[in-house]
Amino acid sequence: MSTIIRTEALRFTYPADEGGQAVHALRGVDLEIEKGSFVAVLGHNGSGKSTLAKTFNAVLLPVGGRVWVEGMDTTDESLLLAIRQRVGMVFQNPDNQIVANVVEEDVAFGPENLGVPSGEIRERVDSALRAVGMYGFACHAPHLLSGGQKQRIAIAGVIAMEPECIVLDEATAMLDPVGRREVLSTVHRLNREKGITVILITHHMNEAQEADRVIVMDGGKAVMDGTPREVFVQAGPLRAMGLTVPDTVDLLCRLRMDGWDLPLDALSVEECADVIAKACRGR
Amino acid sequence: MLKDITLGQFFPGDTVAHRLDPRTKILLVLFYIVALFMAKDLFSYGLLALTLAVCVRISRVGLKALVRGLRPILFIIVFTAVLNLFFTPAEAYLLEWGPLRISAAGIHSAFFMVLRIMMLIMGTFLMTYTTSPISLTDGLERLMNGLKRFRVPVHELAMMMSIALRFIPTLIEETDKIMSAQKARGADFESGNLLEKARALLPILVPLFISAFRRADELATAMECRCYHGGEGRTRLHVLQYQRRDAAALILGAAVMAAVIVLGRFGL
Repeated sequence: MSTIIRTEALRFTYPADEGGQAVHALRGVDLEIEKGSFVAVLGHNGSGKSTLAKTFNAVLLPVGGRVWVEGMDTTDESLLLAIRQRVGMVFQNPDNQIVANVVEEDVAFGPENLGVPSGEIRERVDSALRAVGMYGFACHAPHLLSGGQKQRIAIAGVIAMEPECIVLDEATAMLDPVGRREVLSTVHRLNREKGITVILITHHMNEAQEADRVIVMDGGKAVMDGTPREVFVQAGPLRAMGLTVPDTVDLLCRLRMDGWDLPLDALSVEECADVIAKACRGR
Repeated sequence: MLKDITLGQFFPGDTVAHRLDPRTKILLVLFYIVALFMAKDLFSYGLLALTLAVCVRISRVGLKALVRGLRPILFIIVFTAVLNLFFTPAEAYLLEWGPLRISAAGIHSAFFMVLRIMMLIMGTFLMTYTTSPISLTDGLERLMNGLKRFRVPVHELAMMMSIALRFIPTLIEETDKIMSAQKARGADFESGNLLEKARALLPILVPLFISAFRRADELATAMECRCYHGGEGRTRLHVLQYQRRDAAALILGAAVMAAVIVLGRFGL
Protein backbone atom coordinates (compact mmCIF):
# COMPACT_ATOMS: atom_id res chain seq x y z
CA MET A 1 0.00 0.00 0.00
CA SER A 2 1.28 3.44 -0.82
CA THR A 3 1.23 6.44 1.48
CA ILE A 4 -1.16 9.32 0.80
CA ILE A 5 -0.25 11.70 3.62
CA ARG A 6 3.06 11.83 5.43
CA THR A 7 4.10 14.22 8.17
CA GLU A 8 7.56 14.62 9.56
CA ALA A 9 8.37 16.38 12.84
CA LEU A 10 5.24 18.47 12.21
CA ARG A 11 4.90 21.43 14.53
CA PHE A 12 2.26 24.16 14.60
CA THR A 13 1.90 27.16 16.89
CA TYR A 14 -1.04 29.55 17.08
CA PRO A 15 0.42 33.03 17.48
CA ALA A 16 -0.21 34.77 20.80
CA ASP A 17 -3.28 36.96 21.15
CA GLU A 18 -2.92 40.28 22.88
CA GLY A 19 -1.80 39.53 26.40
CA GLY A 20 -2.16 35.80 25.79
CA GLN A 21 0.39 33.12 25.19
CA ALA A 22 1.25 31.37 21.97
CA VAL A 23 -0.37 27.95 21.85
CA HIS A 24 1.80 25.06 20.72
CA ALA A 25 -0.89 22.92 19.15
CA LEU A 26 1.38 20.38 17.47
CA ARG A 27 4.76 19.46 18.94
CA GLY A 28 6.36 17.09 16.48
CA VAL A 29 4.02 14.64 14.79
CA ASP A 30 5.33 11.88 12.55
CA LEU A 31 2.62 10.00 10.72
CA GLU A 32 2.05 8.02 7.57
CA ILE A 33 -1.50 7.54 6.36
CA GLU A 34 -1.97 4.65 3.97
CA LYS A 35 -4.03 5.02 0.84
CA GLY A 36 -7.49 3.48 1.17
CA SER A 37 -7.38 3.14 4.94
CA PHE A 38 -9.95 4.32 7.48
CA VAL A 39 -8.16 6.19 10.24
CA ALA A 40 -9.76 7.63 13.36
CA VAL A 41 -7.95 10.40 15.22
CA LEU A 42 -9.01 10.68 18.85
CA GLY A 43 -8.21 13.23 21.47
CA HIS A 44 -9.89 15.50 23.98
CA ASN A 45 -10.40 19.23 23.35
CA GLY A 46 -7.12 21.02 22.79
CA SER A 47 -5.15 17.86 22.02
CA GLY A 48 -4.28 19.20 18.57
CA LYS A 49 -6.40 16.81 16.54
CA SER A 50 -8.29 19.50 14.60
CA THR A 51 -5.08 21.43 14.00
CA LEU A 52 -3.51 18.25 12.64
CA ALA A 53 -6.45 17.80 10.26
CA LYS A 54 -6.12 21.35 8.95
CA THR A 55 -2.47 20.83 8.07
CA PHE A 56 -3.43 17.91 5.79
CA ASN A 57 -4.77 20.15 3.03
CA ALA A 58 -2.76 23.28 3.60
CA VAL A 59 -5.42 25.28 5.46
CA LEU A 60 -2.71 25.61 8.08
CA LEU A 61 0.94 25.47 7.10
CA PRO A 62 3.48 23.83 9.40
CA VAL A 63 5.60 26.10 11.58
CA GLY A 64 8.21 23.36 11.70
CA GLY A 65 8.54 20.04 9.90
CA ARG A 66 6.77 19.05 6.72
CA VAL A 67 3.52 17.57 5.37
CA TRP A 68 3.43 15.72 2.06
CA VAL A 69 0.24 14.82 0.22
CA GLU A 70 1.05 12.20 -2.40
CA GLY A 71 4.60 13.49 -2.36
CA MET A 72 3.54 17.15 -2.73
CA ASP A 73 4.85 19.51 -0.08
CA THR A 74 1.94 21.54 1.35
CA THR A 75 4.11 24.65 1.68
CA ASP A 76 4.51 24.80 -2.12
CA GLU A 77 1.89 27.37 -3.14
CA SER A 78 1.82 26.30 -6.78
CA LEU A 79 0.50 22.88 -5.67
CA LEU A 80 -2.25 24.30 -3.46
CA LEU A 81 -5.20 23.48 -5.70
CA ALA A 82 -3.86 20.02 -6.54
CA ILE A 83 -3.47 19.26 -2.83
CA ARG A 84 -6.94 20.54 -1.91
CA GLN A 85 -8.50 18.61 -4.77
CA ARG A 86 -6.95 15.40 -3.39
CA VAL A 87 -7.73 15.98 0.28
CA GLY A 88 -11.28 17.22 0.90
CA MET A 89 -12.55 18.43 4.24
CA VAL A 90 -15.89 18.27 5.98
CA PHE A 91 -16.32 20.54 8.99
CA GLN A 92 -18.35 20.50 12.16
CA ASN A 93 -21.12 22.99 11.41
CA PRO A 94 -23.13 21.92 8.37
CA ASP A 95 -24.66 25.39 7.92
CA ASN A 96 -21.31 27.11 7.58
CA GLN A 97 -19.97 25.06 4.71
CA ILE A 98 -22.90 25.11 2.31
CA VAL A 99 -22.43 27.85 -0.26
CA ALA A 100 -25.46 27.76 -2.57
CA ASN A 101 -29.23 27.82 -2.06
CA VAL A 102 -29.83 24.68 -4.09
CA VAL A 103 -28.32 21.31 -3.21
CA GLU A 104 -26.99 20.50 -6.68
CA GLU A 105 -25.45 23.97 -7.06
CA ASP A 106 -23.63 23.48 -3.80
CA VAL A 107 -22.27 20.08 -4.79
CA ALA A 108 -21.14 21.65 -8.07
CA PHE A 109 -19.17 24.36 -6.27
CA GLY A 110 -15.91 22.37 -6.01
CA PRO A 111 -15.81 21.13 -9.64
CA GLU A 112 -16.78 24.64 -10.80
CA ASN A 113 -13.74 26.03 -8.99
CA LEU A 114 -11.56 23.38 -10.60
CA GLY A 115 -12.73 24.49 -14.04
CA VAL A 116 -14.41 21.20 -14.96
CA PRO A 117 -16.56 21.53 -18.14
CA SER A 118 -20.34 21.89 -17.52
CA GLY A 119 -21.33 18.50 -18.94
CA GLU A 120 -18.89 16.69 -16.71
CA ILE A 121 -19.93 18.74 -13.66
CA ARG A 122 -23.48 17.47 -14.24
CA GLU A 123 -22.25 13.84 -14.23
CA ARG A 124 -20.08 14.35 -11.16
CA VAL A 125 -22.87 16.05 -9.22
CA ASP A 126 -25.34 13.28 -10.01
CA SER A 127 -22.95 10.48 -9.10
CA ALA A 128 -21.79 12.26 -5.91
CA LEU A 129 -25.40 12.76 -4.80
CA ARG A 130 -26.15 9.09 -5.52
CA ALA A 131 -23.07 8.04 -3.56
CA VAL A 132 -24.35 9.76 -0.40
CA GLY A 133 -27.96 8.74 -1.03
CA MET A 134 -29.24 12.26 -1.57
CA TYR A 135 -30.03 12.15 -5.29
CA GLY A 136 -33.72 12.79 -4.67
CA PHE A 137 -32.89 16.09 -3.00
CA ALA A 138 -30.90 17.62 -5.88
CA CYS A 139 -33.26 20.58 -6.27
CA HIS A 140 -34.07 21.17 -2.60
CA ALA A 141 -33.03 24.15 -0.50
CA PRO A 142 -30.29 23.06 1.92
CA HIS A 143 -31.67 24.99 4.90
CA LEU A 144 -34.77 22.79 4.92
CA LEU A 145 -32.75 19.57 5.35
CA SER A 146 -31.81 17.85 8.62
CA GLY A 147 -28.31 18.08 10.07
CA GLY A 148 -27.33 14.61 8.89
CA GLN A 149 -28.62 15.34 5.39
CA LYS A 150 -26.70 18.61 5.26
CA GLN A 151 -23.48 16.84 6.22
CA ARG A 152 -24.09 14.25 3.51
CA ILE A 153 -24.48 17.14 1.04
CA ALA A 154 -21.17 18.52 2.29
CA ILE A 155 -19.59 15.09 1.76
CA ALA A 156 -21.08 14.96 -1.75
CA GLY A 157 -19.56 18.38 -2.41
CA VAL A 158 -16.16 16.94 -1.52
CA ILE A 159 -16.65 13.72 -3.51
CA ALA A 160 -17.58 15.72 -6.62
CA MET A 161 -13.97 16.96 -6.65
CA GLU A 162 -12.91 13.29 -6.94
CA PRO A 163 -10.53 13.34 -3.98
CA GLU A 164 -8.23 10.58 -2.77
CA CYS A 165 -8.93 11.35 0.85
CA ILE A 166 -11.71 12.87 2.96
CA VAL A 167 -10.96 14.43 6.32
CA LEU A 168 -13.97 14.75 8.62
CA ASP A 169 -13.14 17.32 11.26
CA GLU A 170 -15.61 16.45 14.04
CA ALA A 171 -18.25 16.32 11.33
CA THR A 172 -20.62 14.38 13.55
CA ALA A 173 -20.26 16.51 16.67
CA MET A 174 -23.34 18.66 16.07
CA LEU A 175 -25.60 15.85 14.87
CA ASP A 176 -28.23 13.78 16.64
CA PRO A 177 -27.68 9.99 16.86
CA VAL A 178 -29.65 9.36 13.66
CA GLY A 179 -27.69 11.95 11.69
CA ARG A 180 -24.42 10.61 13.11
CA ARG A 181 -25.25 7.10 11.93
CA GLU A 182 -26.21 8.42 8.46
CA VAL A 183 -22.89 10.20 8.07
CA LEU A 184 -20.77 7.35 9.44
CA SER A 185 -22.38 4.69 7.29
CA THR A 186 -21.92 6.96 4.26
CA VAL A 187 -18.19 7.43 4.82
CA HIS A 188 -17.68 3.75 5.62
CA ARG A 189 -19.37 2.85 2.35
CA LEU A 190 -17.28 5.36 0.38
CA ASN A 191 -14.16 3.91 1.97
CA ARG A 192 -15.17 0.35 1.08
CA GLU A 193 -16.62 0.89 -2.37
CA LYS A 194 -14.59 3.74 -3.83
CA GLY A 195 -11.39 3.13 -1.89
CA ILE A 196 -11.35 6.72 -0.63
CA THR A 197 -9.06 7.22 2.35
CA VAL A 198 -11.05 8.50 5.34
CA ILE A 199 -9.57 10.38 8.28
CA LEU A 200 -12.19 10.75 10.98
CA ILE A 201 -11.41 13.29 13.67
CA THR A 202 -13.65 12.65 16.65
CA HIS A 203 -13.93 12.40 20.38
CA HIS A 204 -16.56 9.69 20.27
CA MET A 205 -14.91 6.38 21.09
CA ASN A 206 -17.67 4.37 19.51
CA GLU A 207 -17.08 5.99 16.12
CA ALA A 208 -13.45 4.93 16.24
CA GLN A 209 -14.21 1.26 16.92
CA GLU A 210 -14.82 0.38 13.28
CA ALA A 211 -11.72 2.13 11.96
CA ASP A 212 -8.70 0.26 10.59
CA ARG A 213 -6.40 2.32 12.70
CA VAL A 214 -6.75 4.62 15.69
CA ILE A 215 -4.37 7.47 16.47
CA VAL A 216 -4.68 9.14 19.87
CA MET A 217 -3.50 12.72 20.16
CA ASP A 218 -2.53 14.34 23.44
CA GLY A 219 -0.65 17.55 24.10
CA GLY A 220 0.14 18.04 20.42
CA LYS A 221 1.67 14.58 19.93
CA ALA A 222 0.47 11.28 18.59
CA VAL A 223 0.75 9.21 21.76
CA MET A 224 -0.96 5.99 20.66
CA ASP A 225 -1.23 4.45 17.25
CA GLY A 226 -2.60 1.05 16.33
CA THR A 227 -5.68 -1.01 15.62
CA PRO A 228 -8.74 -0.18 17.73
CA ARG A 229 -8.07 -3.35 19.72
CA GLU A 230 -4.48 -2.41 20.50
CA VAL A 231 -5.46 1.10 21.53
CA PHE A 232 -8.61 0.49 23.54
CA VAL A 233 -7.15 -2.18 25.80
CA GLN A 234 -4.98 0.54 27.30
CA ALA A 235 -7.91 1.74 29.36
CA GLY A 236 -5.79 3.29 32.10
CA PRO A 237 -3.67 5.61 29.92
CA LEU A 238 -6.74 6.58 27.85
CA ARG A 239 -8.61 7.63 30.98
CA ALA A 240 -5.59 9.58 32.17
CA MET A 241 -5.79 11.62 28.95
CA GLY A 242 -9.40 12.52 29.64
CA LEU A 243 -10.81 10.06 27.14
CA THR A 244 -13.48 7.52 27.87
CA VAL A 245 -13.08 3.94 26.74
CA PRO A 246 -15.83 2.03 24.89
CA ASP A 247 -18.55 0.69 27.18
CA THR A 248 -17.54 -2.92 26.50
CA VAL A 249 -13.93 -2.35 27.51
CA ASP A 250 -15.11 -0.40 30.55
CA LEU A 251 -17.29 -3.32 31.66
CA LEU A 252 -14.49 -5.84 31.18
CA CYS A 253 -12.12 -3.62 33.14
CA ARG A 254 -14.47 -3.45 36.10
CA LEU A 255 -15.02 -7.21 36.07
CA ARG A 256 -11.27 -7.76 36.02
CA MET A 257 -10.87 -5.54 39.04
CA ASP A 258 -13.33 -7.82 40.83
CA GLY A 259 -11.08 -10.75 40.09
CA TRP A 260 -12.59 -12.11 36.88
CA ASP A 261 -10.10 -13.47 34.38
CA LEU A 262 -11.18 -11.68 31.19
CA PRO A 263 -9.35 -10.38 28.10
CA LEU A 264 -9.76 -6.66 27.45
CA ASP A 265 -9.83 -6.76 23.67
CA ALA A 266 -13.45 -7.80 23.14
CA LEU A 267 -14.64 -4.56 21.57
CA SER A 268 -17.98 -5.36 20.03
CA VAL A 269 -21.01 -6.09 22.19
CA GLU A 270 -21.23 -9.66 20.83
CA GLU A 271 -17.58 -10.46 21.53
CA CYS A 272 -17.89 -8.98 24.98
CA ALA A 273 -20.99 -11.06 25.75
CA ASP A 274 -19.17 -14.17 24.49
CA VAL A 275 -16.10 -13.77 26.69
CA ILE A 276 -18.23 -13.06 29.74
CA ALA A 277 -20.43 -16.08 29.05
CA LYS A 278 -17.32 -18.22 28.67
CA ALA A 279 -15.90 -16.93 31.93
CA CYS A 280 -19.17 -17.64 33.72
CA ARG A 281 -19.19 -21.18 32.45
CA GLY A 282 -15.59 -21.55 33.61
CA ARG A 283 -16.55 -20.73 37.18
CA MET B 1 -42.60 39.47 11.90
CA LEU B 2 -39.56 38.07 10.13
CA LYS B 3 -41.67 36.32 7.54
CA ASP B 4 -42.85 39.56 5.92
CA ILE B 5 -39.61 40.16 4.06
CA THR B 6 -40.55 40.06 0.39
CA LEU B 7 -37.17 41.12 -0.95
CA GLY B 8 -36.06 38.62 -3.54
CA GLN B 9 -39.14 36.47 -3.00
CA PHE B 10 -39.67 33.98 -5.76
CA PHE B 11 -42.84 32.18 -6.82
CA PRO B 12 -41.77 29.06 -8.71
CA GLY B 13 -43.70 28.39 -11.89
CA ASP B 14 -43.36 27.19 -15.44
CA THR B 15 -44.66 30.06 -17.57
CA VAL B 16 -42.86 31.88 -20.38
CA ALA B 17 -42.08 34.63 -17.89
CA HIS B 18 -40.31 32.09 -15.67
CA ARG B 19 -38.43 30.45 -18.52
CA LEU B 20 -37.01 33.64 -20.01
CA ASP B 21 -33.28 34.09 -19.55
CA PRO B 22 -32.60 36.20 -16.42
CA ARG B 23 -30.48 38.55 -18.52
CA THR B 24 -33.46 39.18 -20.78
CA LYS B 25 -35.65 39.95 -17.82
CA ILE B 26 -33.13 42.35 -16.30
CA LEU B 27 -32.82 44.17 -19.62
CA LEU B 28 -36.60 44.31 -20.02
CA VAL B 29 -36.95 45.85 -16.57
CA LEU B 30 -34.30 48.41 -17.51
CA PHE B 31 -36.23 49.24 -20.71
CA TYR B 32 -39.38 49.54 -18.65
CA ILE B 33 -37.78 51.90 -16.14
CA VAL B 34 -36.36 54.12 -18.88
CA ALA B 35 -39.75 54.21 -20.59
CA LEU B 36 -41.48 55.08 -17.30
CA PHE B 37 -39.26 58.08 -16.78
CA MET B 38 -39.71 59.19 -20.38
CA ALA B 39 -43.48 58.89 -20.29
CA LYS B 40 -45.22 62.26 -20.19
CA ASP B 41 -48.79 61.83 -21.31
CA LEU B 42 -51.68 59.64 -20.33
CA PHE B 43 -51.37 57.57 -23.49
CA SER B 44 -47.76 56.50 -22.73
CA TYR B 45 -48.75 55.57 -19.20
CA GLY B 46 -51.66 53.63 -20.61
CA LEU B 47 -49.35 51.75 -22.96
CA LEU B 48 -46.96 50.89 -20.11
CA ALA B 49 -49.79 49.86 -17.81
CA LEU B 50 -51.13 47.62 -20.53
CA THR B 51 -47.66 46.06 -21.02
CA LEU B 52 -47.40 45.45 -17.28
CA ALA B 53 -50.89 43.91 -17.20
CA VAL B 54 -50.04 41.57 -20.08
CA CYS B 55 -46.79 40.50 -18.36
CA VAL B 56 -48.64 39.87 -15.08
CA ARG B 57 -51.20 37.80 -16.96
CA ILE B 58 -48.49 35.74 -18.68
CA SER B 59 -46.52 35.14 -15.49
CA ARG B 60 -49.66 34.01 -13.57
CA VAL B 61 -48.44 35.92 -10.53
CA GLY B 62 -51.49 36.88 -8.51
CA LEU B 63 -52.37 40.57 -8.50
CA LYS B 64 -52.65 40.26 -4.74
CA ALA B 65 -48.97 39.35 -4.40
CA LEU B 66 -48.00 42.34 -6.52
CA VAL B 67 -50.11 44.75 -4.51
CA ARG B 68 -48.72 43.28 -1.29
CA GLY B 69 -45.27 44.23 -2.57
CA LEU B 70 -46.40 47.85 -2.53
CA ARG B 71 -47.23 47.82 1.16
CA PRO B 72 -43.72 48.44 2.54
CA ILE B 73 -43.32 51.55 0.39
CA LEU B 74 -46.78 52.92 1.13
CA PHE B 75 -45.18 55.63 3.22
CA ILE B 76 -42.94 56.74 0.35
CA ILE B 77 -45.90 56.83 -2.01
CA VAL B 78 -48.00 58.95 0.35
CA PHE B 79 -45.03 61.20 1.09
CA THR B 80 -44.36 61.78 -2.62
CA ALA B 81 -48.03 62.45 -3.27
CA VAL B 82 -48.24 65.03 -0.49
CA LEU B 83 -45.03 66.77 -1.53
CA ASN B 84 -46.10 67.02 -5.15
CA LEU B 85 -49.63 68.02 -4.28
CA PHE B 86 -48.74 70.95 -2.06
CA PHE B 87 -45.36 72.09 -3.23
CA THR B 88 -45.54 72.16 -6.99
CA PRO B 89 -45.04 75.82 -7.95
CA ALA B 90 -47.82 77.23 -10.11
CA GLU B 91 -49.31 80.57 -11.11
CA ALA B 92 -52.88 79.94 -10.08
CA TYR B 93 -54.07 77.87 -7.15
CA LEU B 94 -57.37 76.09 -6.85
CA LEU B 95 -57.31 76.02 -3.08
CA GLU B 96 -55.38 78.01 -0.54
CA TRP B 97 -55.29 77.16 3.12
CA GLY B 98 -52.51 78.88 5.02
CA PRO B 99 -49.18 77.66 3.62
CA LEU B 100 -50.89 74.74 1.90
CA ARG B 101 -51.80 75.50 -1.69
CA ILE B 102 -53.16 73.10 -4.25
CA SER B 103 -52.81 73.80 -7.94
CA ALA B 104 -53.96 71.92 -11.01
CA ALA B 105 -50.31 71.29 -11.86
CA GLY B 106 -49.80 69.90 -8.35
CA ILE B 107 -52.65 67.42 -8.72
CA HIS B 108 -51.33 66.45 -12.12
CA SER B 109 -47.75 65.81 -10.98
CA ALA B 110 -48.84 64.06 -7.77
CA PHE B 111 -51.05 61.69 -9.73
CA PHE B 112 -48.39 60.79 -12.28
CA MET B 113 -45.63 60.52 -9.69
CA VAL B 114 -47.63 58.03 -7.64
CA LEU B 115 -48.53 56.11 -10.77
CA ARG B 116 -44.90 56.03 -11.82
CA ILE B 117 -43.61 54.73 -8.47
CA MET B 118 -46.30 52.10 -8.23
CA MET B 119 -45.68 50.82 -11.75
CA LEU B 120 -41.93 50.88 -11.16
CA ILE B 121 -42.21 48.75 -8.04
CA MET B 122 -44.70 46.34 -9.59
CA GLY B 123 -42.52 45.91 -12.69
CA THR B 124 -39.36 45.12 -10.74
CA PHE B 125 -41.24 42.86 -8.35
CA LEU B 126 -42.62 40.96 -11.29
CA MET B 127 -39.03 40.15 -12.20
CA THR B 128 -38.02 38.96 -8.73
CA TYR B 129 -41.26 37.00 -8.42
CA THR B 130 -40.56 35.04 -11.60
CA THR B 131 -36.77 34.68 -11.31
CA SER B 132 -34.99 32.61 -8.68
CA PRO B 133 -32.36 34.59 -6.75
CA ILE B 134 -29.59 32.37 -8.08
CA SER B 135 -30.43 32.87 -11.72
CA LEU B 136 -30.89 36.56 -11.02
CA THR B 137 -27.35 36.91 -9.63
CA ASP B 138 -26.12 34.67 -12.42
CA GLY B 139 -27.73 36.93 -14.99
CA LEU B 140 -26.35 40.06 -13.35
CA GLU B 141 -22.86 38.57 -13.32
CA ARG B 142 -23.02 37.69 -17.00
CA LEU B 143 -24.54 41.04 -17.98
CA MET B 144 -21.88 43.03 -16.18
CA ASN B 145 -19.06 40.79 -17.40
CA GLY B 146 -17.83 43.54 -19.70
CA LEU B 147 -17.20 45.79 -16.69
CA LYS B 148 -14.38 43.48 -15.61
CA ARG B 149 -12.17 45.34 -18.02
CA PHE B 150 -12.66 48.44 -15.88
CA ARG B 151 -11.59 46.48 -12.79
CA VAL B 152 -15.11 46.19 -11.44
CA PRO B 153 -15.08 43.03 -9.25
CA VAL B 154 -18.12 41.57 -10.99
CA HIS B 155 -17.62 37.95 -9.96
CA GLU B 156 -16.94 38.88 -6.34
CA LEU B 157 -20.06 41.05 -6.17
CA ALA B 158 -22.23 38.27 -7.61
CA MET B 159 -20.67 35.75 -5.19
CA MET B 160 -21.33 38.04 -2.23
CA MET B 161 -24.92 38.51 -3.32
CA SER B 162 -25.62 34.82 -3.71
CA ILE B 163 -24.00 33.99 -0.36
CA ALA B 164 -26.03 36.75 1.29
CA LEU B 165 -29.20 35.24 -0.20
CA ARG B 166 -28.12 31.77 0.93
CA PHE B 167 -27.67 32.94 4.53
CA ILE B 168 -30.92 34.91 4.89
CA PRO B 169 -32.93 31.87 6.06
CA THR B 170 -30.07 30.69 8.31
CA LEU B 171 -29.80 34.08 10.00
CA ILE B 172 -33.56 34.44 10.34
CA GLU B 173 -33.66 31.06 12.04
CA GLU B 174 -30.86 32.12 14.34
CA THR B 175 -32.60 35.42 15.17
CA ASP B 176 -35.72 33.50 16.13
CA LYS B 177 -33.63 31.23 18.34
CA ILE B 178 -31.90 34.14 20.08
CA MET B 179 -35.25 35.89 20.57
CA SER B 180 -36.76 32.80 22.16
CA ALA B 181 -33.73 32.46 24.41
CA GLN B 182 -34.06 36.10 25.49
CA LYS B 183 -37.81 35.78 25.98
CA ALA B 184 -37.27 32.70 28.14
CA ARG B 185 -35.16 34.90 30.40
CA GLY B 186 -37.83 37.57 30.61
CA ALA B 187 -36.97 39.92 27.73
CA ASP B 188 -39.93 41.88 26.38
CA PHE B 189 -40.07 42.70 22.68
CA GLU B 190 -43.73 43.54 22.26
CA SER B 191 -44.64 46.33 24.64
CA GLY B 192 -43.41 49.90 24.83
CA ASN B 193 -43.09 52.61 22.24
CA LEU B 194 -40.98 52.48 19.11
CA LEU B 195 -37.80 53.61 20.89
CA GLU B 196 -38.17 51.03 23.66
CA LYS B 197 -38.82 48.30 21.11
CA ALA B 198 -35.73 49.30 19.16
CA ARG B 199 -33.67 49.22 22.34
CA ALA B 200 -35.00 45.76 23.17
CA LEU B 201 -33.61 44.53 19.85
CA LEU B 202 -30.03 45.42 20.81
CA PRO B 203 -29.41 42.25 22.87
CA ILE B 204 -30.46 40.30 19.77
CA LEU B 205 -28.25 42.13 17.31
CA VAL B 206 -25.03 41.74 19.27
CA PRO B 207 -25.00 37.92 19.45
CA LEU B 208 -26.35 37.77 15.88
CA PHE B 209 -23.44 39.83 14.56
CA ILE B 210 -20.85 37.90 16.52
CA SER B 211 -22.16 34.63 15.19
CA ALA B 212 -22.39 36.02 11.65
CA PHE B 213 -18.69 36.88 11.76
CA ARG B 214 -17.84 33.42 13.04
CA ARG B 215 -19.93 31.89 10.28
CA ALA B 216 -18.20 34.02 7.67
CA ASP B 217 -14.83 32.86 8.92
CA GLU B 218 -15.79 29.19 8.80
CA LEU B 219 -17.45 29.56 5.42
CA ALA B 220 -14.32 31.15 3.99
CA THR B 221 -12.21 28.22 5.18
CA ALA B 222 -14.71 25.73 3.79
CA MET B 223 -14.73 27.54 0.43
CA GLU B 224 -10.94 27.51 0.28
CA CYS B 225 -10.94 23.80 1.04
CA ARG B 226 -13.14 23.35 -2.00
CA CYS B 227 -10.54 25.06 -4.15
CA TYR B 228 -12.27 28.43 -4.41
CA HIS B 229 -9.79 30.93 -5.81
CA GLY B 230 -11.90 33.72 -7.28
CA GLY B 231 -13.69 33.83 -10.61
CA GLU B 232 -10.67 33.00 -12.74
CA GLY B 233 -10.91 29.70 -14.57
CA ARG B 234 -14.26 28.94 -12.95
CA THR B 235 -16.86 27.00 -14.92
CA ARG B 236 -20.56 26.70 -14.14
CA LEU B 237 -23.00 23.83 -13.75
CA HIS B 238 -25.77 25.75 -15.48
CA VAL B 239 -24.70 27.84 -18.43
CA LEU B 240 -27.08 30.60 -19.49
CA GLN B 241 -28.12 30.52 -23.12
CA TYR B 242 -30.34 32.94 -25.02
CA GLN B 243 -33.31 31.27 -26.74
CA ARG B 244 -35.55 32.46 -29.53
CA ARG B 245 -38.15 33.61 -27.00
CA ASP B 246 -35.55 35.89 -25.42
CA ALA B 247 -34.98 37.64 -28.75
CA ALA B 248 -38.73 38.04 -29.25
CA ALA B 249 -39.22 39.45 -25.74
CA LEU B 250 -36.32 41.88 -26.14
CA ILE B 251 -37.62 43.16 -29.51
CA LEU B 252 -41.11 43.69 -28.07
CA GLY B 253 -39.72 45.42 -24.99
CA ALA B 254 -37.50 47.69 -27.07
CA ALA B 255 -40.46 48.54 -29.32
CA VAL B 256 -42.59 49.60 -26.36
CA MET B 257 -39.75 51.71 -25.00
CA ALA B 258 -39.16 53.33 -28.37
CA ALA B 259 -42.86 54.10 -28.76
CA VAL B 260 -42.97 55.81 -25.37
CA ILE B 261 -39.83 57.83 -26.10
CA VAL B 262 -41.15 58.94 -29.49
CA LEU B 263 -44.50 59.88 -27.94
CA GLY B 264 -42.76 61.90 -25.23
CA ARG B 265 -40.73 63.79 -27.83
CA PHE B 266 -43.31 64.56 -30.43
CA GLY B 267 -46.66 64.10 -28.77
CA LEU B 268 -49.60 62.38 -30.40
